[in-house]
Amino acid sequence: MTHFINLTLNGLASGAGYAALALSLVIIYQATRLVNFAQPALALLSVYTAYTVTQLTGSYWVGFAAALTVGLVVGALVERVIIRPIARTSQLNAIIVTLGLLLVIQGVVGMVWGNEQHGFRYAFDYVGRFAPSDVFALASVGGVALLLFLVYRFTPLGLRMRAAAFRPEAARLSGVKVGLMLTVGWGIASLIGALAGMLAGPPFLSPNVFDVVFVFGITAAVVGGLDNPFGAVVGGLLIGLGMSYVSGYVGPELATLSALVIVVLVLSVRPDGILSRPTARKV
Amino acid sequence: MSQPTVRRETPTDPVGSDPAPRHTRRSALPLPVRHLLLAALGLAAVAGLLLVTGDLTALRLAAVGYTMLAVAGLQLLVGASGQVSLGHGAFMMIGAYAMALLVLHQPMLPLAVNLAIIVVVSVVAGIAVGAATARLHGPYLAGATLILAVGLPGLAHRYHDVLGGSNGLNIRTAGAPPFLQGLVSTSEWRALVVWTTVVLGLALLATLSAGRLGRRMRAIRDDETAAAMAGVPVGGTKVVAFVIASTAGGLAGGLQAYVLGTVTPGSFTLVLSLTLLAALVMGGIGSLWGALWAAIAIVYLQIWATDLARALNLSRDVENNLPIVFFGVVLILVLRFWPLGVHGALHSLRARLRARES
Repeated sequence: MTHFINLTLNGLASGAGYAALALSLVIIYQATRLVNFAQPALALLSVYTAYTVTQLTGSYWVGFAAALTVGLVVGALVERVIIRPIARTSQLNAIIVTLGLLLVIQGVVGMVWGNEQHGFRYAFDYVGRFAPSDVFALASVGGVALLLFLVYRFTPLGLRMRAAAFRPEAARLSGVKVGLMLTVGWGIASLIGALAGMLAGPPFLSPNVFDVVFVFGITAAVVGGLDNPFGAVVGGLLIGLGMSYVSGYVGPELATLSALVIVVLVLSVRPDGILSRPTARKV
Repeated sequence: MSQPTVRRETPTDPVGSDPAPRHTRRSALPLPVRHLLLAALGLAAVAGLLLVTGDLTALRLAAVGYTMLAVAGLQLLVGASGQVSLGHGAFMMIGAYAMALLVLHQPMLPLAVNLAIIVVVSVVAGIAVGAATARLHGPYLAGATLILAVGLPGLAHRYHDVLGGSNGLNIRTAGAPPFLQGLVSTSEWRALVVWTTVVLGLALLATLSAGRLGRRMRAIRDDETAAAMAGVPVGGTKVVAFVIASTAGGLAGGLQAYVLGTVTPGSFTLVLSLTLLAALVMGGIGSLWGALWAAIAIVYLQIWATDLARALNLSRDVENNLPIVFFGVVLILVLRFWPLGVHGALHSLRARLRARES
């Protein structure tokens, strides 16, 4: 029974990281209808920046702030400079370009920081059951989700962003700067992605550290419904729990494949994710 | 939001997969015969190249061959039927491990039988995955296949005794037959075997793509609902497209194992699957010809980048990562300036030249 409780708490803590990554994917999907495969690479860049800044200044929290800033700025830049000219021609090409970005950024990180592992500390003490760092992971992701909800629902910026995402033409006619809203969306999403990286990166960093995290993040987003930020959070926690149980009771090698089983089972019942609303389709 | 990631612009297709009835003399021959003739021509060209080049180029040409087969299968799936799969490397892995296990445990079987068994295995794997994911569409399918690509290599670690863990399996296959000894080296023979299989596979893919099945797939890609109302069996056609693609991938993996003589889980990473799809779009997703440019890009960009890093005497970290960065940068630039890929760019260039002539 203790084993089960430990697995549950571990699962929730690692699920927080998946939830944050899923959230960043969902924000971009909502705004531009494309899955941003470069998200783990942007997170990678942020976390490595945090690593260097922490080493230079000696303060973890300065590094943390640096990571979030890098996420915000690079995310916005990527949308503005690389994605937008290509998204105009074809949606598939835009997705492929995010794949290209993933390869480039991963490679550049490997060039600058090397392919070997670096040790990287947690925000807080991580020893023991439900350690402070686990609490921090859950609390920060919960806080971000709540903040995001408040911004989306109750501020003029959120209203404009929603308008730009759902009815770009009508929004443009009403004076919303749709392009700017897309850039802001990418910036916010990459900031949350950087947070996910800070939660899921430790204890060791390497250029491939987020491959598996990304898989679970996209699983969470897909299971929860790509259209729904709350679905992403719920999906992230569910995937965290599921992976924790599978790793604990069956074996860690099969965790990824069991994610596939979960996706297929959930999507067979609800093709657009758990929290999606059924959509009418025009013929 | 029926199929958000699927491309909507139809006019990109006629870049070649449909033989336009322009040249009346050529179209007098039935389509499969024409494709076989083209295949024979391609094989002859490769044989000619092998004559004038050395062993190293033979291995690289073989790599281009099996990569092209894998990408061609993906072209049929993504370009024709509009399903985005990020897990193509997983099927290559299935084919490669099937080949290795067959050679290790049934050493008496000839290569052709091995390849036939690999086809059967890949078809079964394709049906299993295709049927499981038949209801998924767009990004949901992409996500599910992505998980497959990342998760499958875990099996090699889990079943260490049979699949050899992270060291993988090493196999030895026969070289050139006795009567050709002295004429062709082992590498050249392997390249020939690979290319024979590849051109046959490509001829089959081209015939399927130009026939009724291809037409149905394109109908589904352009509008699923309209296709269903026109009587196209949507689910069945999608699964068939998936199975064809996975078979091409599996066969390519089997050929890779045959050429390299070693199979490790480390060679079927997520990056491989992503690279296959990215290279296809870079080569030109509208046509099987795109697969040729894609395969050349995958094999040769890496070689050039490695040579470049050596020539410039860069540090090891830079040298190890240069190929992937180089590939990514070329990919982004191609998509930025030639949205239809290399083949689309060549096609419009030819059209412009022709317009100038007349």
